Amino acid sequence: MAENTPNQASAGAQTTGHVWDGDLQEYNNPLPMWWIWGLYVTIAFALIYWVIYPSWPIGKGFLPGLNTLTYTNSEGQEETWHWNTRAKLMREMQDSLAAQKPYYDKLMAMPYAAIVKDPELSSFVISAGKTAFADNCAACHQSGGGGKLGFFPNLTDDDWLYGGTFDKIHETISRGRHGYMPPFAEALSAEQIDALAHYVLSLSGFNMDAAKAAKGNALFHSHTAACFYCHGDDARGRQDIGSANLADKVWLWADVPGAGDDAGRLAAVRQVIRGGLNRGVMPAWEGRLKPEQIKLLTIYVHELGGGR
Amino acid sequence: MFKNLKHEILETNTGWLVVATMFAISIGGLVEISPLFFIKDTLEDVPGVRPYTPLESRGRDIYLREGCYTCHSQMVRPFRDEQLRYGHYSLAAESKYDHPFQWGSKRTGPDLARVGGKYSNEWHVQHLLRPKSVVPESVMPNYPWLLTTPLDVSDVGARMRALRTTGVPYSANQEEYRRNVEKFGEQVARTLHIPDAQKNLVAQAQDGNYDGDRSSVSEMDALVAYLQVLGTMVDFSKIKPEDLVKYR
Repeated sequence: MAENTPNQASAGAQTTGHVWDGDLQEYNNPLPMWWIWGLYVTIAFALIYWVIYPSWPIGKGFLPGLNTLTYTNSEGQEETWHWNTRAKLMREMQDSLAAQKPYYDKLMAMPYAAIVKDPELSSFVISAGKTAFADNCAACHQSGGGGKLGFFPNLTDDDWLYGGTFDKIHETISRGRHGYMPPFAEALSAEQIDALAHYVLSLSGFNMDAAKAAKGNALFHSHTAACFYCHGDDARGRQDIGSANLADKVWLWADVPGAGDDAGRLAAVRQVIRGGLNRGVMPAWEGRLKPEQIKLLTIYVHELGGGR
Repeated sequence: MFKNLKHEILETNTGWLVVATMFAISIGGLVEISPLFFIKDTLEDVPGVRPYTPLESRGRDIYLREGCYTCHSQMVRPFRDEQLRYGHYSLAAESKYDHPFQWGSKRTGPDLARVGGKYSNEWHVQHLLRPKSVVPESVMPNYPWLLTTPLDVSDVGARMRALRTTGVPYSANQEEYRRNVEKFGEQVARTLHIPDAQKNLVAQAQDGNYDGDRSSVSEMDALVAYLQVLGTMVDFSKIKPEDLVKYR
């Protein structure tokens, strides 16, 4: 068998001298020179690296390296520290801010109405606002601002729970919101809730049973159900407390558009009246976002289509 | 003394070969990790970091059980793009009570180190039930059982005692409680008291109403409570950025 005879061609090759099982030998082939030099170069690189960057630990500290970074501290003074990723980040943030600073300075100094009329600044708002919106707002209001029926309001239409002026949008983003409607399942009978649902749907232009809608109308404006306390006499909602406008065709909580027939629409509205709402929470962004980012987003949201 | 140590010993004894291999590969780790236990600036001295409350701690257990860490990291690195997207970079001090820490290295989903307060409880519930319903492009699986499974609160005290042995300052007696009052203030210290763990857990779930249902404590309550506290303990408006630079 060929496998059992020593390899004649390599009989003269250098071996380590180790022999196993009588004839199993280990060749000692030297490494190629390019590999050896590669090793020396990496060792030299490491030595230089140790000198330049923070490296070896010594007691309770470490060698800081010769490389330094200069950045502006919170008192506005230049400060130099040995190279590290935090100093580098601080420097990078300050450099990038310097490039955008003229825009942000103008943004903070100018009133809203003037900003949207300034073509250069409004294109900055649209491009910078798009990223900020995607990072912070899109998870709820969706990437185009269309919202999510049953959960998060649409920002592209002109129906606003808390107001669609620049100042109101700014307030909403900064301080957040918490929508609340009490449940009426225990305060009202099933028949009363059904009448209210008829009335509310008739306000949106649906052709409902007139008798039931009339009964709902009376109840809506009575002190028994007291809907008008929050939704107003005209059922158009009150933006100071965020109560919904029930007289338009825009729905947020009740899935009326998704229901195929009157029965489905009634069920959707009844469910909201019965259970009330304790959601509609928008987080406050003050503190998480910088003032200029909030102003940027205010304009971006206003310009999505529905700003007033 | 090494004269008699020939490589044949390792090459012909698998047991010694395993031991020697483990020794050789541990050197790299030891050289990199062990100095951090001695360098005084490893942990930043920042106010606000506290151990998790019983409810948050159980939420963290669920986070681990469901393997959230396989797709989500909890470490905002000090890079510009990460700071812009996620917020302030993570500090070592912020995970000093995490055993084990959840820094991770795999981001199929976004980093969660600063997710606390970014979304409403309602968003988290809806997102955990069916992520695609709020983020259409998401590849995250649904976790519908979190809302329907009552949280097992019976062993929360034992879990806190286990964490206490690793150095998390949960208090088991009045003396430790007093020390926590000094260190964290009375309000926080109360939530860290092991004998009251179950009571505190239920109270926080009731008060926070994380899953939108106050009638019972679900696993959803715990997980959302945990997510909502992530990255919120340190108030960065009270810290000068250059002070953090000097810890490195």
